[in-house]
Amino acid sequence: MDYEIVIGLEIHTELKTNSKIFCGCSTKFGSEQNTNVCPVCLGLPGVLPVINEKVVEFAVKAGLALNCEILPFSKFDRKNYYYPDLPKNFQTSQYDLPIAVNGHLDIEVNGETKRINITRIHMEEDAGKLVHSGATISSSDSALVDYNRTGVPLLEIVSEPDIRSAEEARAYLEKVKAILEYLDVSDCKMEEGSLRCDANISLRPHGQAALGTKAEIKNLNSFRSVQRGIEYEVIRQEDILDEGGRVIQETRTWDENKGITASMRSKEQAHDYRYLPEPDLVPIVVDPARVAEIRANLPELPDARRQRLMNDHGLSEYDAGIITSSKAVADYFDQSVQNNGDAKVVANWLMGEVSKHLNSEGITILDCPVSPKQLTELLALIEKGIISNKIAKAVFEEMWTSRKDAEVIVKEKGLVQISDSSEIVAIVESVIAANPQSVADFKAGKDKAIGFLVGQIMKQTKGRANPDMVNTLLRERL
Amino acid sequence: MELFKHTASQLHEKIIEKEISAVELTKAVLGRVDSVDKDVQAYITRTSETALAQAQAVDSKIQRGEKVSVLAGIPGALKDNICTKGIKTTCASKILATFVPPYDATVAEKLAAEDAVIVGKANMDEFAMGGSTENSGFFPTHNPWNLETVPGGSSGGSAAAVAAGEAIWALGSDTGGSIRQPAAYCGVVGLKPTYGRVSRYGLVAYASSLDQIGPITRDVTDSAHVMNIISGYDAKDSTSINTGVPDYTKSLVNNIKGLKIGLPKEYFVAGMDTEVERAINKAIEQLVALGAEYKEISMPHTEYALSAYYMIAPAEASSNLARYDGVSFGHRVEGNDIIDMYKKTRSEAFGAEVKRRIMLGTYALSSGYYDAYYLKALKVRTLVKQDFDKAFEQVDVLITPTAPTTAFKLGEKTNDPLAMYLQDVCTIPVNLSGVPAISIPCGFAAGMPIGMQIIGKPLGEETIIRAAYTFEQNNDYHKGFATLGEV
Repeated sequence: MDYEIVIGLEIHTELKTNSKIFCGCSTKFGSEQNTNVCPVCLGLPGVLPVINEKVVEFAVKAGLALNCEILPFSKFDRKNYYYPDLPKNFQTSQYDLPIAVNGHLDIEVNGETKRINITRIHMEEDAGKLVHSGATISSSDSALVDYNRTGVPLLEIVSEPDIRSAEEARAYLEKVKAILEYLDVSDCKMEEGSLRCDANISLRPHGQAALGTKAEIKNLNSFRSVQRGIEYEVIRQEDILDEGGRVIQETRTWDENKGITASMRSKEQAHDYRYLPEPDLVPIVVDPARVAEIRANLPELPDARRQRLMNDHGLSEYDAGIITSSKAVADYFDQSVQNNGDAKVVANWLMGEVSKHLNSEGITILDCPVSPKQLTELLALIEKGIISNKIAKAVFEEMWTSRKDAEVIVKEKGLVQISDSSEIVAIVESVIAANPQSVADFKAGKDKAIGFLVGQIMKQTKGRANPDMVNTLLRERL
Repeated sequence: MELFKHTASQLHEKIIEKEISAVELTKAVLGRVDSVDKDVQAYITRTSETALAQAQAVDSKIQRGEKVSVLAGIPGALKDNICTKGIKTTCASKILATFVPPYDATVAEKLAAEDAVIVGKANMDEFAMGGSTENSGFFPTHNPWNLETVPGGSSGGSAAAVAAGEAIWALGSDTGGSIRQPAAYCGVVGLKPTYGRVSRYGLVAYASSLDQIGPITRDVTDSAHVMNIISGYDAKDSTSINTGVPDYTKSLVNNIKGLKIGLPKEYFVAGMDTEVERAINKAIEQLVALGAEYKEISMPHTEYALSAYYMIAPAEASSNLARYDGVSFGHRVEGNDIIDMYKKTRSEAFGAEVKRRIMLGTYALSSGYYDAYYLKALKVRTLVKQDFDKAFEQVDVLITPTAPTTAFKLGEKTNDPLAMYLQDVCTIPVNLSGVPAISIPCGFAAGMPIGMQIIGKPLGEETIIRAAYTFEQNNDYHKGFATLGEV
């Protein structure tokens, strides 16, 4: 049977504040274990939390960018559960009065725009990290706790169950990530755990209003695993329903290696978090004037930037969409254009050579060895006819590894294009003389034969002959 | 008169007049501890060496002609739930028996800045849960007025130390009466400030929305002096009040002409000792004679306050005490796995009353019971608060007994938690509404001290200090000193 897929996502993102949410400890990732800690984040007896104002500001920013209503009065609550990475054995979070509610985000999937509603955004503290002695939890006989991450500020962004496919889930997650990056409130590095995602998935027969029984999938730590995890879970639930079975409400974990979801705990085993208002913090009262100020100072967001790239630079919606889906790529584009690069050419190079090289090395544009300035200098050499497009690709390759400027490479390797017509004419004439058969074929109407002749000319000049001139001069002499 | 029988303000005069040295005074108090603490058992940890070093530093300052504060060189005690850097802070619990905080509570820092001498860490009911100090995980404290009776609690060690001359002043903490009730039982002065007046940073939490640190002293004057030092906004405590601190000694005025006193009839509960009731009535008459106006008022939600408290405080406690799990500090009992370790650690190291309240609180917050218990209790708390708001529209202060009876015998109520809880019936509504209150001696029944509670408006410490001071100046109750069988 064909079912409607219903998905809601919970996205957790670490905020890139300098200090933790309730104390002054650094949030730096990768520090030596248990060095970014103090009595407050270690939850020692007698300590009290103090809210980091920056966290509230970042949360309001995210709320506004995701079209939420900012609640003028919100508060923190304690979520009680025992786990050794949680020193107080409760997580200070927000329960019934989160900082932002009732938002939405429009995404594009297969050329269609779709609105995903956002239930709420709340602030909370991250937990520490367990380091097990063995390769797996079950094979370990002890575990150590690293509390560096304890108290790093998190935002949890909860969507309505409006998502209908794994592609939509991925598109939504990518767009939320892009917005958070544009706001500069989070690094959104899934590989470092600064962006994490849980998915609630259920199926129902088309046309049925009531939701089916859902399973919550945890441990979806990359875009790929979000998509694969959801796809797997949908098939698992379809199989159960097709066989007349019932889906069990439970929490499942995604196993990236095995490519399956597995049960973690059932509804009966679910925690009773016994929320209570955090008595050590006062309610957060956000001044509407402050919200207005933050709103007025929001940076340009992906949709607006895409529109600007289309309007100002004549890029296609598709190209503009790809370039603006990452703030860093869009910044690279803007910097290149500011360096007098032709927008369309820059866009083609970004989506072509640059992207190809980044992907093959598995790095982001932030680590690109060729700077926007260097790229535009390379493109200027093509524009001026000093090198051909083809040579430019070879030069780019060389720039990537040597980090030298394009002009230096062109000079060192003698790659300057031959645009001297007398030099080209001599070569054209020698090639015509040496290939009478091709000349005859061309004259007999075989247009393709000219390609062979051009190839011979390029071979003799090692690709340096100006292709336009070669074409013109060759046709003149035939 | 022995040095340890004086008040801090008297001793301060002697020190700055160079009549005595701080070291001399500290030795006198340490000597007193040596001779009587085996009977009173007020201290969990003694800090004699650092106390002498602190006293020596004060003497050096005085020799150099530097000005010193009123508590400089005056030996005092801290309740053992106030964190002290490098000094064990146990909360009278086996689970923290070896816990040495790496930081000072804000009040400890403030006292150190004033050169106060700390004699030791005072006994208490485990995690401040109790009204007799019999719930200490180590040993009970005895009331210096009659060693067979309890000193009250939970700040029983602090109150007994001050009453026995083992400290000139002390700090306690008050969640439902834990400063005022032991002060009443031990015949000393105990003040619970307005919630937020004194920083809670470094006070090991029992019930965060109710806990407040305050002074236990020999007289109202010393109470005002200690309040001057410990009060004030603290950036480390978001719930501390960000307004200036008045000089409380300016309220040490023997004049209450025109003061409007309210007597809430609901506080005179069944089971109240007739002698206690008589003493309060006599005190009211005297205050009226001194120029106060008096009227009986009604605070209709008083009877629900105790029940609400025993939902809210345990609920917060169940969460606050979750961190004692054996993982990164405190007592640990090894187990087969992490859950087993939690269970064994907490089963072994928490006492019965702490376990009782953790279970009560866990239950009150559980899904399906939350609305009926915890949420309902919060609503009652609001009603109790409104009772106070309305009362203070009519009067300046409220006067009630501090506790329905005088100190009871050790062991008398240990098997009857409800009877024990009833001892806090007059003090608990004050914590629920966050207002300040002071307990002062107002008489004796069968040789045991009776306490009178004066309750003020939010941040109305000055008014209750003035009323208490006036009463004190016209009576001698505070001048009596527990004999400790030394007759």
